Amino acid sequence: MTNPTEQIPRFPVALSVAVRLLPLAPLSISLTAYAGSVSRRHPGLFRRLGAYDHATFVLHPTDLPFVICLDANGGQPRVAVMRGCGTGAARIAGPLAALLGLVHGAFDGDALFFSRDLVVEGDTSAVLALRNAIDDAELDLSREIMQVSGPLAAPLQWVIAVLERRSGYSLTRAMETQTW
Amino acid sequence: MVMEIVCPAGTPAALRAAVTAGAHTVYCGFADETNARNFPGLNFDRAEMREGIKFAHAHGTKILIAINTFPRAGDEALWHRAIADAEGCGADAVILADIGLLDYGARTHPGLRRHLSVQAAAANADMLNFYADAFGVKRVVLPRVLSVPEIAAINAETEVETEVFVFGGLCVMAEGRCSLSSYATGLSPNMNGVCSPASHVEYQNERGVLNARLGGYTIHRAQKDEPAPYPTLCKGCFTTGDKTGHLFEDPVSLNAEQLIPHLQKAGVTALKIEGRQRSRSYVAQVVRNFRAAVDALEAGKPMPEGMLARLSEGQTMTTGAYKKTWR
Repeated sequence: MTNPTEQIPRFPVALSVAVRLLPLAPLSISLTAYAGSVSRRHPGLFRRLGAYDHATFVLHPTDLPFVICLDANGGQPRVAVMRGCGTGAARIAGPLAALLGLVHGAFDGDALFFSRDLVVEGDTSAVLALRNAIDDAELDLSREIMQVSGPLAAPLQWVIAVLERRSGYSLTRAMETQTW
Repeated sequence: MVMEIVCPAGTPAALRAAVTAGAHTVYCGFADETNARNFPGLNFDRAEMREGIKFAHAHGTKILIAINTFPRAGDEALWHRAIADAEGCGADAVILADIGLLDYGARTHPGLRRHLSVQAAAANADMLNFYADAFGVKRVVLPRVLSVPEIAAINAETEVETEVFVFGGLCVMAEGRCSLSSYATGLSPNMNGVCSPASHVEYQNERGVLNARLGGYTIHRAQKDEPAPYPTLCKGCFTTGDKTGHLFEDPVSLNAEQLIPHLQKAGVTALKIEGRQRSRSYVAQVVRNFRAAVDALEAGKPMPEGMLARLSEGQTMTTGAYKKTWR
């Protein structure tokens, strides 16, 4: 097993520049709808946040030109994508691939933290609660999209599989389920 | 007889990951102060515990429930209820540390198997035999301060099963009696289930230098290329006189994988992996690794090469007290 730093791909700089042109308001609205749909399918995720179920978390993909502010809002999450630092109870920063790998169980959060691929600031307790809640939810962000994609689900699955293979990003839930 | 791998699970997902990866036994706790990993977002409510045990039993895996903090005077009912609920949920054993709680468990739930937690710091055969005679304890988790010959000496004088840590965070203090976390934060693993609680942890980045603080005290400063530490006092980097270093212990993880054959010869029954606070990814990787090791041992093959360094605190590992090389 290699050091996580060696495994984590960085978002291509050219694409990152292109992402700057994205209008942030529609992106925020789309991500809020998406987070709401994830919340409905995984109510345990926000329940597990406990005292932090109304906290705002600033997620900072360090290779993208914006931050994502996730307001847990008691299980009815709101997402705001913005330039600058954003404000919240805690900030979790790292390459987009590390954040996605964390969500999908491809990487261990503590290992990413020890290797400094992930940086946390603010309320460490809130970060732990979010990390543990997400880890328990066994999320598959691609599957979440496919479940609301109707007839487009099958071609979308193919596209995601190709993207995952070529980019090295963890776009689906990691299979930690190899049986004995 | 195959050595038993005892694996941690902080969440139902981690429990399923451990079972699927080949754990013989999984230990976990209720989401309250009754267990020594009372962290935010971690542990099981009663319904989750019942479901988890059902899943584990369906796969032939045992579940141990850690109720290993020391009851607060006037609040014993919380701990008593945890024992009753552990039995009600179908747990295979409870892991206890407090003498009063052991007595309560033995008297009111005699059919529920009792293990002695590492928090009880039982480090010689007389103590093990006392707990077995007085409270019917069947297994003792030994503290992480014993060498392999010392473990062999204990096993030679007792019928009680012994379980030893083989991987994860290392604690060289007298477990159950350490007050360092209390000193800095007012909260301890012994009474509140949290050592160096996250609520008192603060990280500050100053031009690449990471300051890790606990309860207002700076415990460690990591330069740009150094691994990030978790600010536990015993693993802090301090300056005394003209020397700066880790005065109590280095921030390294235990890995006794290569010592498994020696531990087997020393009469150890079960190998414990630390890390209920870690992710399901960690659990799956570590369990798979150790299961391969004990299966290799059973088949008379050499121990597989370990691949777990990157999962460790400080990203370096030690065999701890099993091979004592004091500074």
